[in-house]
Amino acid sequence: MIPLFIKEIRSFLSSLIAIIVIVVFLLAIGLFMWIFPDSNTLDYGYSNMDILFNMAPWIFIFLISAITMRSFSEEKRMGTFESLVTKPISDLQIVFAKYLAGLVLVLFSLIPTLIYYYTIYQLGAPKGNIDTGATWGSYIGLLLLGSCYVSIGLFSSSITENQIVAFILSMFLCFFCFSAFEQISKLSIFSPIDYLLEWAGINYHYQSISRGVLDTRDVVYFLSFTTLFLGFTFKMSRKGK
Amino acid sequence: MSIEVFELTKIYGEQKAVDTINFSIKSGEIVGFLGPNGAGKSTTMKMLTCFLQPTSGIAKVCGYDSSIDPMEVKNNIGYLPEHNPLYLDMYVKEYLLFVAGIYGLKTKSSAVADIIGKTGLSPEQNKKIGALSKGYRQRVGLAQAMLHNPKVLILDEPTSGLDPNQINDIRKLITEFGKDRTVMLSTHIMQEVEAMCDRVIIINKGKIVADDATDTLQKRFKSSLILNVEFKNAVNSEDLKTISGVDMVTENGKNRWKLSAAKGTDLRELVFKFAVNSGNVILEQNEEEQRLEEIFQHLTKNG
Repeated sequence: MIPLFIKEIRSFLSSLIAIIVIVVFLLAIGLFMWIFPDSNTLDYGYSNMDILFNMAPWIFIFLISAITMRSFSEEKRMGTFESLVTKPISDLQIVFAKYLAGLVLVLFSLIPTLIYYYTIYQLGAPKGNIDTGATWGSYIGLLLLGSCYVSIGLFSSSITENQIVAFILSMFLCFFCFSAFEQISKLSIFSPIDYLLEWAGINYHYQSISRGVLDTRDVVYFLSFTTLFLGFTFKMSRKGK
Repeated sequence: MSIEVFELTKIYGEQKAVDTINFSIKSGEIVGFLGPNGAGKSTTMKMLTCFLQPTSGIAKVCGYDSSIDPMEVKNNIGYLPEHNPLYLDMYVKEYLLFVAGIYGLKTKSSAVADIIGKTGLSPEQNKKIGALSKGYRQRVGLAQAMLHNPKVLILDEPTSGLDPNQINDIRKLITEFGKDRTVMLSTHIMQEVEAMCDRVIIINKGKIVADDATDTLQKRFKSSLILNVEFKNAVNSEDLKTISGVDMVTENGKNRWKLSAAKGTDLRELVFKFAVNSGNVILEQNEEEQRLEEIFQHLTKNG
């Protein structure tokens, strides 16, 4: 499993996908956080990183879909999936190695933003006036959210041999799971179950963790969500065999 | 027994791709798996390599059942899938090291260096796979199949799409490796089987139609004898028919004739006497062996 994980990481790096994803992510977040007059932290005046944590889930919808779209569809289209499956590695290990590689890429795109944390920490008046607990909670939330997106992306890639279809489907599913549940719950016909619907969406749990309280219920939600989609991926990757 | 297949069946919807086939291959044999496109060759191989689950029946490799011990089966098999799928954006060495890692080889770099030497990939080892010619890609495909010294090699059309020189090189490699291993290779090129295989299994529409040693099969179907003769002067076909034993006469070019007789008759002497009697001269005379190609066509035409 480890050789496959390393191979996936190396193929991200050699195809420049990793670099592009990290650079685009940092560029987009950097623009929102420091440059754009409507949203930059300097004019805003509060020493927190809300801009990062509010924008990142939306940017991740694009970027994570882009990094996972090839994972299964390309292998199936090229036939390399057959040669991989007939090597002594189980289907579950294949899914998990690809998932880990995606998650590590998400982690690496988040690490450079620690500089923003340091900057705001220094700029605070008085110095260090930033809600550290909430910030770390948000980072953990963002990573867990990334994990959900990666599993959705892998699932989308496993059901089609066409990368573009995988990309679009993944974006839609990420968007739907992140935000649509919450929006739908506001419809009056769903008012009897509005809480349940809101609870089913990722955003509810993401906001909850962002407050800096690591509630086990939220963690369990994220982990089950990821497991569920990885399970679907596992099923779909071997469909018809 | 290296490979044992018992009542193996694979059904896709309504279509029986492989229909209750049985065969076994002893260790050390090189077996050609022959059949027209869509006969079920690849499907059988995919079941042996644990890529497909059989609908029913058992496929065993080195005594391990593919549906019970897939990991053991995979460890004992080297498999080259049809069309030789490779990661085109990886370097040759990088790819082989990755495969060595998946097989959990302890001495990865020496195993890779060894196989690169054996498959003649040394001049290309630092290139990207995508930049290689088809012949060299095929060598990479074989290298990844043979890297972990498997007891059984399963090669799905290992020479398709190569030029004659490349085909020769790949055949030499396979024969070399097949010396102390079991090899099962599928092909629809008859000469390949004649050149490399001890035994041939012919499959058509999911069923085995012949399974025998290559030369036995050739003998078994040698029902009639064909003689090619070239005379110096013109000959009349009616006259040729008067030679005792000749059933059929066909013209095969200027003064060239194809004579066929029942098995067991030696026409050569009679034809010689005929030529002498009619004052003609024989320029060339040779007996034609019925090739596997014809046997294959005969067996798979409308079975």
